[in-house]
Amino acid sequence: MKRRGWIDALFIFPCAFAFIMVIIVPFGLGIYYAMTDWNGVNPIVNWVGLSNFQGMFSEPQFIYSFLITLMYTAINVVFVNIVGFGLALLVTGKLRLRNIYRAGFFVPNLIGGIVLGYIWQFIFNNVQVDMGNALGIAFLQKSLISRPDTVIWAMSVVNTWQYAGYIMMIYVASIQSIPGSVMEAASVDGANFFQRVRRILIPMMASAFTITLFLTLTNSFKQFDLNFTLTNGGPAMRFMAKPIRSSQLLAMDIYRTANQQNLMAQAQAKAVIFFIVLVIFSLTQVYLNKRKELEA
Amino acid sequence: MSQLEPVAGNKRRFRDEGRSPGLIIAEVGTMLLFLLFMVPFLLVLLNSAKTAKEIIFSPVSWPQNWGQLGENITAIFNNPSTDYLGAFVDSVIITVASLAVIALFSAMCAWALVRNRKGWSTAIFMAFVSAMVIPFQVVMFPLVKWFKIMGDAIGFPLLGTYHGIVFAYLGFGCSMSIFILHGFIKSIPMELEEAATIDGCSQVRTFFEIVIPLLQPTFITVLILNGIWIWNDYLLPLLILGSAGEVQTIPLAVTAFAGSYLKQWDLILTSALLAMIPIIVLFLFAQRYIIKGMVEGAIK
Repeated sequence: MKRRGWIDALFIFPCAFAFIMVIIVPFGLGIYYAMTDWNGVNPIVNWVGLSNFQGMFSEPQFIYSFLITLMYTAINVVFVNIVGFGLALLVTGKLRLRNIYRAGFFVPNLIGGIVLGYIWQFIFNNVQVDMGNALGIAFLQKSLISRPDTVIWAMSVVNTWQYAGYIMMIYVASIQSIPGSVMEAASVDGANFFQRVRRILIPMMASAFTITLFLTLTNSFKQFDLNFTLTNGGPAMRFMAKPIRSSQLLAMDIYRTANQQNLMAQAQAKAVIFFIVLVIFSLTQVYLNKRKELEA
Repeated sequence: MSQLEPVAGNKRRFRDEGRSPGLIIAEVGTMLLFLLFMVPFLLVLLNSAKTAKEIIFSPVSWPQNWGQLGENITAIFNNPSTDYLGAFVDSVIITVASLAVIALFSAMCAWALVRNRKGWSTAIFMAFVSAMVIPFQVVMFPLVKWFKIMGDAIGFPLLGTYHGIVFAYLGFGCSMSIFILHGFIKSIPMELEEAATIDGCSQVRTFFEIVIPLLQPTFITVLILNGIWIWNDYLLPLLILGSAGEVQTIPLAVTAFAGSYLKQWDLILTSALLAMIPIIVLFLFAQRYIIKGMVEGAIK
């Protein structure tokens, strides 16, 4: 078939143009601004080299945000995948209402983090405390999102509730692609349920784990919406002798650095570090999982 | 093969199917888990039908009067600080327009890239794909600045407008959409398009009359993945439209509302309920497609 070059160019143009204007140019500008004294208002921008990067690593809030983001990501990767995998095993079994269960576990994922954040703020601050008082359980009498030591865990619970159903569906698709005869053969050979899962299912699902771990890792690391409306970074605590916000994840720290403190260039420098760390983590994870896939 | 073995197999299968205690425990356990997962939705519904006082008194009780639900909804619609209905209409306009341009332009781009097996087309494709790792946080502030510069330069504002945000969604959404469509278009046999050309079909017509109809199942995946993201998105509308601009989306309206009625849970939860209803109704009707679309989008 004879193709006309100009028609192809015309077909590629709209996406390429939007892509360059919305991602490539701002990305380049973003890296440039990170090395300037950009403040968002003054049109004259001066080059300052790497000084924005030096400052952030002595800032208690940034160090703390960095550490809890790592912790939050680790907790979520474990929670979401264990719950998602467990649910997938349940709903691929012979349960009567398995299709309703699947839909039910999946549906929280469709509601945005902003709306869910408010709902769960109400649940922790009102329902949980009310139950704690009614049942006389001291641990529940103070909202879990108003304590620096529990707030990250509370956020992980919400994230797991929101995300596990989606991860479950990816595992379900993977389990269903395994021929039933394999599992049956193992069953005939006398392997019990746990042996079948451990020795056959999990190794055969290696490629699904690459996807689910990647999704949970990147999504937790980039968490913003839920953080914003559930805790808004609070409650306050002290760290390195400075008052800081105990649930302010990195994405939110970047946002607040720019919006509340008007430190645009510093926020941009943090975002560049955020980007580099995210790329290193996700590439390492995919590399390790792909190696596992080959072994399996 | 001896005759005994299938019998043993049958026996075991029979046990798995019917009366194994494990299955009963799984049945009950899953039901409890399911109910636990649904509790937050139930709490929203129950408390949307209460007055603020009733909620403070007990956030878990059954509402005294379901008529209160209607009153709370009316209170939100009549609220002067947020135009809820307007935000809903804007959300629909933005989502539908963005989906239309993303699906059409991504398909055009992916098709042109697949059918030109050259170095430059691979390079463009790789550029789209590798940009998917760029997190929104790195580009968001420069994007606003750049949109302002561009808008001033062409005398046609991009900030605070429908076309500005739709253009931004095309930029952010096209990478993944091109990636998904590219994978599918590669599997369409060239002969089909060649036959159309021999019959005198032009290149543009071949695309619209032969390729587009074949893409339908992939379009569903692209529309659902992008649709759920755009409908729920918060930061991009906040930055492009502003929290008090003319054009608002549902997430912006909910935060504006919750911000101005701090701790008035009767109204905040009702607004959350109103924000959830459209998407849950859509899910009930298109459940199969939504789950399929989201899973396939992730696997590819």
